[in-house]
Amino acid sequence: MDESVFFSIRLSLQVAAVATALIVLTGLPVAYMLARKDFRGREVLDVICTIPLVLPPTVTGYYLIILFGRNGFIGKYLYALTGWSIMFTWYAAVLASYVVALPLLIKIARAAMESVDRSLVNASYTLGHSELSTALRVILPLAKRGIVAGTVLSFARAMGEFGATLMLAGNLPGKTDTMPLAIYSLAGSGEWSQAHGMVLLLTLLSGIFLYIANRYSRRII
Amino acid sequence: MGLQVRLKKKLNGFSLDSDWETGNELTVLFGFSGAGKSMTLQLIAGLLEPDEGRVVLEGTVYYDSATGVDVPPQSRPFGYVFQDLALFPHMTVIGNIIYGAPAVPKHDKMDRARDMVRSFKLAGLEDRYPHEISGGQRQRVAFARALIRQPRALLLDEPFSALDHPLRLGMRQFLRELRTDFNIPVVLVTHDLSEALMLADTMIVYSHGRIMQKGAPDAVMNNPVNDEVKLLVGSSAPEL
Repeated sequence: MDESVFFSIRLSLQVAAVATALIVLTGLPVAYMLARKDFRGREVLDVICTIPLVLPPTVTGYYLIILFGRNGFIGKYLYALTGWSIMFTWYAAVLASYVVALPLLIKIARAAMESVDRSLVNASYTLGHSELSTALRVILPLAKRGIVAGTVLSFARAMGEFGATLMLAGNLPGKTDTMPLAIYSLAGSGEWSQAHGMVLLLTLLSGIFLYIANRYSRRII
Repeated sequence: MGLQVRLKKKLNGFSLDSDWETGNELTVLFGFSGAGKSMTLQLIAGLLEPDEGRVVLEGTVYYDSATGVDVPPQSRPFGYVFQDLALFPHMTVIGNIIYGAPAVPKHDKMDRARDMVRSFKLAGLEDRYPHEISGGQRQRVAFARALIRQPRALLLDEPFSALDHPLRLGMRQFLRELRTDFNIPVVLVTHDLSEALMLADTMIVYSHGRIMQKGAPDAVMNNPVNDEVKLLVGSSAPEL
């Protein structure tokens, strides 16, 4: 395998790791709100956050371009302020992976948090613990298995992201070609032997992640 | 003084309307399941918000719909023991007890917890998890956890319902001693007539969200005010 293959492997892991970190940081509070708060538009919020699960990734990518492209709703201000656009950078690959993989964590963590017995939460409140303390010391530890399963699945999904990444980050060799994109290019130019390694690696890693997620989620789903 | 409670609440087609007060005694809320007894405790503790009413303990107002006072449950001085005990399964016995004293300074916390372990006969079980101890022991952990922060009233929601009969008798004895030791208002919810008769200083009979009768257990037994109370205190034959 040559240099470019190793680059793709490293880039994929890096993109998936950063995206997953962001997913955990932002997804857990959202999952908590969806699981524990009764507010107007709760199910609408759930749908908005989790619709990338069922949309074709190209459609998700399309929306992201409309939002973050150089002339996008958000992107144009970013560009005007900094002269920088996220398009065709590895950050774009992170953004695409983040949006596509976020729903997995939200769905699974929400279910896990909802399954925490209401009376344990009430007990914590009557023992003088604030909502935050209760969330950190009762709900999160008891929903841990679901959170771990959701995180692992999100990582696997982020690593396998193709469609939205292609739309947003392009397929620039040595810059944004993650494993799935590199495989697409190699297959397109008939370089099968180069692709084999990455295909096997992706399959193996995804299998391992699914296995871990199943072990952790057995009790909650 | 003591505990004064006036509560109105409509929820899912059920309507509760109750009004009573109690001193430093053991008050039993008695009635069939679904009469609104547990809901009353949740409303007192602030876990549910009443539509209307007042909750006053020792002269301090914790809820008053007229003036908009609504103290959050964290800041109400009630000890609460839940029907399923609600012990935290991921914490040890000592962890559960310490969790009940979040406002106690760190250096006192361990001493207080050790005291509770001693007085509730839990020595040797400190590092066990709730699923590793017996039903009676779990019960005592739930009481220790509720009492470590020295509540000014105790709310007990059928705390003995999960126990076998002989254990239940033992726990009743334990509760009587507890009441003497702590000398605070205790409100016990039960649908077990013998438990009510054995423990109550005052008995409040609930039915369909309304109070039917209030009085000493003897008085309620001997002079039921209506057929409904007669049915309630007569139909469930006392277990001995």
